[in-house]
Amino acid sequence: MKIDLVIIGGGPAGMAAALSAYENGVTDILILERDKELGGILNQCIHNGFGLHTFKEELTGPEYAVRYIEKVQEKKIPYLLNTMAVDVKGGSPCIITAMNREKGLFKIETKAVVLAMGCRERARGAMNIPGFRPAGIYSAGTAQRFVNIEGRMPGKEVVVLGSGDIGLIMARRMSLQGAKVKLVAEIMPYSGGLKRNIVQCLDDFGIPLLLSHTVTEIHGKDRVEGVTVVKVDENLKPIKGTEEYVSCDTLLLSCGLIPENELSEGAGAQMDSVTQGPVVNARLETTAEGIFACGNVLHVHDLVDNVSKEAVSAGAFAAAYIKEKASDWGEAVRPKIPQKTKSIIPEGRDAGKTLICIGCPVGCLITVDKNDDGSLVITGNTCKKGEQYARNEVTAPKRTVTSIMKVEGGAGKVVSVKTKEEIPRNKIWECMKEINKGIVKAPVKVGDILIRDVAGTGVDVVATINMELH
Amino acid sequence: MLDVVIIGAGVSGCAVARELSRKKLNIAVLEKNADVCEGTSKANSGIVHAGFDAKPGTLKAKLNVKGSRMMKQLSEELDFPYKQNGSLVLCFDDKDKDKLEELKERGIENGVGELEILDREKVLAIEPAVGEKVAAALHAPMGAIVCPFGLTIALAENAAVNGVDFHFKTKVKEIHKKDGGYEILTNQGSFQARSVINAAGVYADEIHNMVCDEEDKFQITPRKGEYLLYDKKVGNLVSHTLFQLPTALGKGILVTPTVHGNLLTGPTAEDIPDKEGVNTTAEGLDTVLEKAALSILQVPSRQVITSFAGLRAHSSKGDFIIGEVKGAPGFFDVAGMESPGLSCAPAVGEYVAQMVNNYLQPEENGDFIAVRKGIPSMALAGDEERHRLIQENPAYANVICRCEMVTEGEILDAIRRPLGATTTDGVKRRVRAGMGRCQAGFCSPKVVEILSRELGIDESQVIKAEEGSYYLLPENPSGENILPEGI
Repeated sequence: MKIDLVIIGGGPAGMAAALSAYENGVTDILILERDKELGGILNQCIHNGFGLHTFKEELTGPEYAVRYIEKVQEKKIPYLLNTMAVDVKGGSPCIITAMNREKGLFKIETKAVVLAMGCRERARGAMNIPGFRPAGIYSAGTAQRFVNIEGRMPGKEVVVLGSGDIGLIMARRMSLQGAKVKLVAEIMPYSGGLKRNIVQCLDDFGIPLLLSHTVTEIHGKDRVEGVTVVKVDENLKPIKGTEEYVSCDTLLLSCGLIPENELSEGAGAQMDSVTQGPVVNARLETTAEGIFACGNVLHVHDLVDNVSKEAVSAGAFAAAYIKEKASDWGEAVRPKIPQKTKSIIPEGRDAGKTLICIGCPVGCLITVDKNDDGSLVITGNTCKKGEQYARNEVTAPKRTVTSIMKVEGGAGKVVSVKTKEEIPRNKIWECMKEINKGIVKAPVKVGDILIRDVAGTGVDVVATINMELH
Repeated sequence: MLDVVIIGAGVSGCAVARELSRKKLNIAVLEKNADVCEGTSKANSGIVHAGFDAKPGTLKAKLNVKGSRMMKQLSEELDFPYKQNGSLVLCFDDKDKDKLEELKERGIENGVGELEILDREKVLAIEPAVGEKVAAALHAPMGAIVCPFGLTIALAENAAVNGVDFHFKTKVKEIHKKDGGYEILTNQGSFQARSVINAAGVYADEIHNMVCDEEDKFQITPRKGEYLLYDKKVGNLVSHTLFQLPTALGKGILVTPTVHGNLLTGPTAEDIPDKEGVNTTAEGLDTVLEKAALSILQVPSRQVITSFAGLRAHSSKGDFIIGEVKGAPGFFDVAGMESPGLSCAPAVGEYVAQMVNNYLQPEENGDFIAVRKGIPSMALAGDEERHRLIQENPAYANVICRCEMVTEGEILDAIRRPLGATTTDGVKRRVRAGMGRCQAGFCSPKVVEILSRELGIDESQVIKAEEGSYYLLPENPSGENILPEGI
C-alpha cells in the first residue's frame, strides 16, 4: 500500500492534522485508529469545557470530537478503525507496519507520517504506594472508561489520590452515579486541577480536598477496604502521627499523564526528557526522517483546543514536506509547555460572598456585596460571563449536567448526554434520576432530544454523541 | 480411591504432578486458590540459580544443580520462557574476596561447572553498569532466568493433558489415616487417596502436622521478600543476574533482567506471622532501592512500574523437607521450599515422583505426552508469523494490552486451553496482559469484558484473583442515589 500521508491516531490531534494536510493540498491521506471509532479519549470525556477557543462555545468531549469526525467524513479522508500501527520507520519512503482483522499484518509506504497517539496515565507503580495489590485501584481514566463507555460502576466508596482535572471530574462522575466520594488527597500544597473543577466537581458535592496529603498504604487483600491518608511536610514526606484510616472500596489515581511514545521510540526518534515526547524542529518534525508529531504524544497539553491548534500546524508542515521535500532539518525547538496548573482556593473564604467563577479555565475570584437597597455589587470578574455567573450563583446557582444514558440496539452500551442548558443546581439530583431511568433507542445523533423538560426545569436532555445501530 | 492427592498447585506440586503423570495413576491436585501459581511461586526472583550457594550435601545443593541443568530442556519441551544469562556475585570490598573464593569452592563441591572469579576490570567488561564499589565478582555462566508463571502453568497444563485432575478453590481442612491410604476433607467434599503429597507452600506445616506424630511437628515461617519491577526501557541496564555478597548492611538483594525484558530488584527478607501477608511496605521498598544502589551505578527509580511481595516457605531445618512422613506411609512432604525452590522444581518433580513410584509401583502411562505448546505471542512473533496468526484467527489483530502487545487471540487461548484462566490475574500470568508500564490501566476493562463473555458471567462477577476481588458493581447497585450534601 502506498499513501502520501499516514496519520497514526484518530483522536483530536490526528483528525485536525489530517484536515489541515488536506486543506494544504495533500489529499491522499490515511488515518489509522486502534479503537472502533474516531475521537480518541474525547469519547469518554463526557463532561463539558471543551472548545471555548476553537469553537467559541462550551462543548462536551464527544461533541468536540464529532465536529472533527464529521469534517473528516465530509472530505472523505479515509481511515481504518480497529487498526493498530505496530511499527514506524522514517525515511523516503517511511514504512508503517500495521494490523487489523481484515488485512492481517500489512505495510504502508508513505511520504510522511504524523504521530498523534496521545498520552497515557501514570500508574500506581510510578507512585510506589505500599500495601496489598487488591482489585479496586483504578487510574481515573480507567474508571472513566468503565463509567462513561461501559456504563458500569467500579465502586461505591471512593478515595481519589491526585487532584488533576481527570481526578476531579471523576469525583463528580462517581458522585452523580451514586457513589460516595470520601475525599480527594493531593500531595502538593495546591491542586493540579482547574479552580472551576474544584468548585463544580468537589464543592458542589461536599467532597473535601485535602492538600498536602497523600495515601501511604492500601488495605484489603482481595478488594480495596481502605487507605491510609497522611499529611506531608514541605519536602512531601509523610508526617508521623497524622495517619488516618479511611475506609473505601475504590482508590482512583489521578497522577498525571505521559506521552505515549512506543512507536516514536521504535522509529529511533530522539526523545526529550523534559516533554517526554520526541525532539522536534520548528516544523514539528522528529529526528526520524519524514515523521512529524503533534498533540499529547509530543507533550501533554492543558486544553484540547491547543492540541487541535498544534495539529493544524503539524498537518500543514507535513503537507509542505510532501510537496517540497526536505530542507535542512534545522535545530530542535522545544514546544511551549503549558505552565502547570497550581490552583489554590483561598482559605477561610466565605463561599456565599467570594466566588470562584466556573465560566472558563481562568477561575476568577469574584466578590459579591449587597447594597443597602439589596442590589448586588460584583467585583473581581474579568468578563461579562463572570458577572452573570456571580449573580446566578448567589441567587439561583445553575449547572450543566453531563452523564450517560443506556442505549438499546446501539454499537455501544451507553450514549453520553447533557442538559442542553444549565439547570438549577438544586435540580441536579432529580435530573440524574430521570437520566438513570431512561433508555434510548439507537441510532442517536448529537443534539437529539432524549428527555424533554427534565425535572420540570424546562430544559431538555440531549445526546452529545452519535451512535449507529449495532 | 485415588492413587495420589497433591496438595498445592505451586511450582513444586505441579512439577510432581507432571512427573507422576508419566505413570498410570489417578491423580488429583487440590488447590485452595482459584488458579495454579497463586502463592510463593508467583512472587519471587524468577532466577534459576547455578547452585553454588547451598551447603554441600544438602537437598538444596543436590536438587539445585540438577534442576538448573534440567531447566533448559524442560523449557523447550514445555515451551516457557527461559534464558541462560549468567550470574555474578558482586563483592564490594577487597577484604571480602576470600568469601568469593569460598563460594567458588562450594560451587565446585556442589558440581557447578565453569565458575570464575573476575576482577573489577573484567566485571566492567561484561557488565558496564555495576556500582563503583564493586571490587570483584564470581561469574557463573550457568545462572539463568525463567518466567515463574510460565514454568508453573506449563507444568500444570501438561499434567492436566496427561490426566491429572485439578480442583481449585479446594481447601484442605482435615486429613485422616484410613485403611490403605488417607481421607482428605476439604471445603469441597472429601477425597481419598493411597498417597498424599504435601506441597502446600507456607501452609505445608499445617498439612504435615495433621498426620505426623506430636514430636515430628514442624513450623514454616513466611519470609517476606519485597521487590520492585521496572519498565522494559531499563531492562537492558544489566544483562547478568547480579547478586551481592552479604555486607555490613546484611544479606544482599539482586538486580536482574527478567526473562521478559524488565529489570527487577529485590528481595528483602523479613519473617512475618501472616501467611497471607503479601503487602509491600515503605521500609521494605526503600531498603530494596538503597541496596540496589550498591550493585548498579544508578537505580532507575523513576522507571518503577510496580512493586510486589512474596513469601518464602522458610523452615527452621535449614534445608528442604522432602520425604515420607514418619509413621505416615505414602504421605510425602515437599516442604520448606524456599530459595532455590524454583530452580529445583524440575528435579524436585523427579525426586518426589520416584519416591511415590517406589511406594505405589504403578505402570507406565503409554499415552504420556511430554511436549506442550505455549500460547503464541504476537509481541515476539515475526511479521510473517503475525500475519499467519491473524489469517487463522482475526482476533490476533485485536490488541488488548498495548504495553505488552497482547491480542484478543492470545487472551482467548489463555481462557480456552486446559486449566484456562478464569481471572484477570490468570490472564495476566498466561499472556502478560496488564504486565506492562500502564499496569492494566488500559486493558483491564477489555479483559474484564472478554472474561465475562467467555465464561458466560456478568462483568460484576469477573474477579482479579480470589473471591471478592471484583472489578465492577452489579448494575444499579445502590438503587436510589443518595443526595450529596451541598446541593
